[in-house]
Amino acid sequence: MSFHKPTFAHPELPINKVGYRKKDYEGVISTLCAGCGHDSISASIVQACYEIDLEPHKLAKMSGIGCSSKTPAYFLSNSHGFNSVHGRMPSVTTGANLANKDLTYLGVSGDGDSASIGMGQFVHVARRNLNMTYILMNNGCYGLTKGQDSATADLGSISKSGSENPFQGIDLVGLALELGASFVARSFSGDKSQLVPLIKAALAHPGFAFIDVISPCVTFNNNKGSTKSYDYVRQHIEATSEFDFVPKEQPIKVEYSEGTGKSVTLFDGSTIYLDKLSNNWDPTDRYSAINRIQEGKKKGEIVTGLLYINPESQELHKLLNTVDTPLNKLTEKDLYPGDGILDRINDTFR
Amino acid sequence: MKPTDIKDPEYFHKVVDCQYACPAHTPVPEYIRLIAAERYDDAYMINWESNVFPGVLGRTCDRPCEPACRRGRVEEEPVAICRLKRVAADNKGDVKNRMPQGPFSSNGKKIALIGGGPASLTVARDLAPLGYEIDLYDEWNKGGGMMRTQIPAFRLPEEVLDEEVNYVLDLGIHTHFNHYVESMKNMLTKDYDAIFVGTGAPKGRDLKLPGRESADAHIHIGIEWLAGVAFEHISKVGKKVIVLGGGNTAMDCCRTSRRIGGQDVRVVVRSPFKDMKASPWEIEDAQREDIPILNNMPPKEFVVENGKLKGVLFGHVRAEYDDNGKRKLIPTGEPDTFIEADDVIIAIGQDNAFPWIEKDIGIDFGKWDIPVVDRDTFQSTLPKVFFGGDAAFGPENVITAVAHGHAAAVSIDLYCQNKNLKDRPDPMTNLISQKMGIHEWMYDSGVVDDLRYAVPHEEKKLSLSDRKIEVELGFDKALGFKEAQRCLNCDVQTVFNTSRCIECDACMDVCPTSCITFTNNGEESDLRSRLMAPANDTSQDLYISDILPTERIMVKDENVCLHCGLCAERCPTAAWDMQQFFYNVTKASSGCLVAE
Repeated sequence: MSFHKPTFAHPELPINKVGYRKKDYEGVISTLCAGCGHDSISASIVQACYEIDLEPHKLAKMSGIGCSSKTPAYFLSNSHGFNSVHGRMPSVTTGANLANKDLTYLGVSGDGDSASIGMGQFVHVARRNLNMTYILMNNGCYGLTKGQDSATADLGSISKSGSENPFQGIDLVGLALELGASFVARSFSGDKSQLVPLIKAALAHPGFAFIDVISPCVTFNNNKGSTKSYDYVRQHIEATSEFDFVPKEQPIKVEYSEGTGKSVTLFDGSTIYLDKLSNNWDPTDRYSAINRIQEGKKKGEIVTGLLYINPESQELHKLLNTVDTPLNKLTEKDLYPGDGILDRINDTFR
Repeated sequence: MKPTDIKDPEYFHKVVDCQYACPAHTPVPEYIRLIAAERYDDAYMINWESNVFPGVLGRTCDRPCEPACRRGRVEEEPVAICRLKRVAADNKGDVKNRMPQGPFSSNGKKIALIGGGPASLTVARDLAPLGYEIDLYDEWNKGGGMMRTQIPAFRLPEEVLDEEVNYVLDLGIHTHFNHYVESMKNMLTKDYDAIFVGTGAPKGRDLKLPGRESADAHIHIGIEWLAGVAFEHISKVGKKVIVLGGGNTAMDCCRTSRRIGGQDVRVVVRSPFKDMKASPWEIEDAQREDIPILNNMPPKEFVVENGKLKGVLFGHVRAEYDDNGKRKLIPTGEPDTFIEADDVIIAIGQDNAFPWIEKDIGIDFGKWDIPVVDRDTFQSTLPKVFFGGDAAFGPENVITAVAHGHAAAVSIDLYCQNKNLKDRPDPMTNLISQKMGIHEWMYDSGVVDDLRYAVPHEEKKLSLSDRKIEVELGFDKALGFKEAQRCLNCDVQTVFNTSRCIECDACMDVCPTSCITFTNNGEESDLRSRLMAPANDTSQDLYISDILPTERIMVKDENVCLHCGLCAERCPTAAWDMQQFFYNVTKASSGCLVAE
């Protein structure tokens, strides 16, 4: 019986720039169902953090309630973490981020956590452009309570019990674009070659980076007729581009075809490369992204990849014009400069 | 790369590194699990079936399995496989009733075994139950060969050896002890259908240096001297002893000397310490008994005064290696060193010797008086004569002799039935799923972190006082269990079923040693460069699946797989299964050959 992972690692694992092996970014063994898409997303997060040389103690993993929100136990055991109330991950992350902007914030949430109980929270965190990565593990059902349709289940999708979903599904990608999110992407848990660079880019992006990851529930929503099964997604997936993320100071090896390629330089000097772009679409133009998604929907495609990015993104601290020092490091001396200064300020109003 | 053919019995056999490295291919993980389950009789019988001398080998084996052990690749030290074998032998009950029970109905064939060592005894063990009438000849008064004459009693108690030799002899073997066979020609005139020669490598090498002749009374040849001690013709040695040579025989000689009067015992080797042929643990044991080992000192002269040995004069050299690793010993120019000695024991190697085989009877000999023997069939150029053990290809070890014995027995059986010796029966293999439930397997899949446990030793003063007191005490049951738990169960194979895989990546994500990758196919060197973790050990195979629906393949690097079963536990469709692979070497006694 193995409810714990053996401690042995491959003896020749390479070490990244900050001195860690990929193994050092792992968590405890997953208790999710065998084959759950969420585990692939966890593995992608591990891979991405290892590859961008992020020190584990400089990241905070945030979550709410649900299968998705259990996953922070299964990655980055050496990072900070907060498992909050159902649907309230965005406001807890907002608070944490305002208190200490020096950490990288990675929130994970599910379709129930985000599109139902936490919908109000999702809307506001997107519109405020909080500097965080928001990964939605989207399986279209309530896996923890035996697979009822969730709010993101597509109209007409058939559940494991055989019933057809009569309601419109909420597309959080469309919503995020409407609300002014500065980085919007969709991916599939079964395609790490796309998901890992997307997570790397999202972590580097200054502002609200949203990735909707379709993540099949093998136990309750991997049946025929489901639009979120491994088979259905693989048949209908349509990548908008080939995608790569190159952190700053790394040699650029990517070559992309002329005319169909685009590179976007991020605020921190990292670069995003998009190759073989689909027609009539510019990833830096919000309206063309909305069009591209609607077009795909009409054709029955699941459009994936980086859909929109605002290279001029101004995250919440910039918008609020906060001081450079993280607020939790401000001392009484900083916050209460003394009567003399107060008098001086008051004098200016006289 | 092409998909792996797991129906080839050698594919999974190779994954069981210890078993694959063992010349007799003993099913190591299987008996280790039985030891952990306190089923010592079963563990012993698995061994007995495979290597005939579990009690002997559990104390004295050269352990080719241990350097091969996968555990040594993921942590510091391999499982103490050899000493676990002894746990089975020490704790077993009465196993005699589980061995073949004679008398066996005769098949009308009669064979002779010349030499009573491990190779001959293995042939006897395999062929007696098939109805062969067997005559065994040996010059000593008991069976066992070099196991008796060359392995000192403090490493291998006589009663352990007697017990296992007798298991074989009790199968109805006609023994002719104290009978030195002087003429093969004469043997051939007898009515034997086949003759097996297992006479070992009985001639110890001498060292022709000045003074050798005149000091002869105090200069001894290692293996002859050890045999003299074993048969109690020699009961003491001088206070100052020099042992020349760096092999296991040298270690046995110096340690024996310490027990029969030697107080200032030194081993002197002519080359660097690191090039010594002795097993590291034998060297350690010698050093623990206060025996210094001096290196880079080739002997030059036996110094004799007034017709009596005074000591040995040594030169000094250093080793240089050329690009091919070939060694050259170059004198350093330092002044020679004289070391006093009452006795000198020469243990610098041993050779085959067949003065009793006439050269005109059709048995061809090649270089160094080694007979021309077929590597697979062990047949000599005279069809009815077979060779095995050290006699066949020069000095090896007990477990190799056993392996030769099994193969020679198959050949003799085929020969006596007028069948083609090259048309050999396949090994017996089996593959059985271990699944019992979602997290439950028929084997203990957890991987323990324990480091290798040391075998307890007898108190030094006591063990040096009597050459018959065994130095190693062996693991007790509790320690044996803990050591057994370190085994990774490499015989429980990860078996992949392509048609069931839905490519959810769960196995790849959970694998603690990053063995599994889903990727596009390619040539081996290209594939090895694209896996989840470095795969630089090309002696370890890649397990390749058929093409999956996304056009990718599953590639598993067998190198550091822990056989923990997590891939199978995390697989939603049971595309992975853990299946126990059992590989039983072809043996004459395994019933695959039925006498007509």
